[in-house]
Amino acid sequence: MSRPSYIRDSVIMGIAVGFFGMGFGVLSVSSGLSVAQTCAMSLLVFTGASQFAAVSVIGSGGDPISAVGSGLLLAARNGLYGISLARHLTGSWLRRSAVAQLVIDESTAMGMGQEDPADIEGGVLAGGISVFLFWNLATLIGAVAGSSIGDPNVFGLDAAFPAGFISLAAPALRHRPGQVAAATGAIIGTVAIPLTPPGLPILLSALGAVIALLIVGPPPAQLSPQPNPEVGAE
Amino acid sequence: MSWGAIALLAAGAYGFKLAGVMGLGRLLTGTWATAIGALLPPALLFGLVAVQTLAIDTEEGVRLAIDARLAGVAAGAIAVWRGIPFVGVVVTAAVVTGGVRALG
Repeated sequence: MSRPSYIRDSVIMGIAVGFFGMGFGVLSVSSGLSVAQTCAMSLLVFTGASQFAAVSVIGSGGDPISAVGSGLLLAARNGLYGISLARHLTGSWLRRSAVAQLVIDESTAMGMGQEDPADIEGGVLAGGISVFLFWNLATLIGAVAGSSIGDPNVFGLDAAFPAGFISLAAPALRHRPGQVAAATGAIIGTVAIPLTPPGLPILLSALGAVIALLIVGPPPAQLSPQPNPEVGAE
Repeated sequence: MSWGAIALLAAGAYGFKLAGVMGLGRLLTGTWATAIGALLPPALLFGLVAVQTLAIDTEEGVRLAIDARLAGVAAGAIAVWRGIPFVGVVVTAAVVTGGVRALG
């Protein structure tokens, strides 16, 4: 087999994420956080939507408890991604605990975008490491410079992410359960946008997986993973 | 924002990740759990796609909006359907959205 395309795709994704990381650095410092605090957020929290939400609350005069609450509501979905990815991650307890920090939207999507289930872990790692590096470097640059290269939305970068996620989710759309899960997830998420606080629409969209299973049953075995490949793990 | 609040947010965010990867994801086995595990990513990612495409922040909170993003994401979805690889999809969506904004 040729080298999987997830390396190149992950680098491109990382660069795109970098524009938003710079934006985070700028926003965070202008909201009153120090450069060190801003960089600590990107290193330790490392889930973009939560970071933006938290510093936005602070910037608009909110209290730290609300900031943490908003951030955590947006971070919760990473736990659901983790449930799906757990059986694909190999190696020691320590290694998997470290990889857990990389479990976010982009790395999960890069993992599930792989045709071969054996490549899922590679996709998660490539996507996660690339985004981690670009996100943190860009945060530092934005925080120190205090201004961004420009509004990434002018270039349509905000639409590049959802489109990229559709592309990476494509393998799951080849079977009926995956199609129903995606469609119901999107519908639930859309309906919840004006009704619930940020973060909750995506959490609620998880119900799409349950609805799909109840209506059309489990996906074909190709996507339901083999037993844990512990053999040969480091 | 204090260091304490940052530590709390970081611990909570990592706690979610760890609970999924090391906890629930390892404990839940069997046919149903396996099927849910396989179906969660498409459900969640399409919920995310909906939010990133349709939600906007306003003074009164988050609401639904149809704007240039929808045109770009729709163009990207067509590109996916036509078998265009990831990079082509991403560029298509960005160019269409950027173009619609420049015109609007």
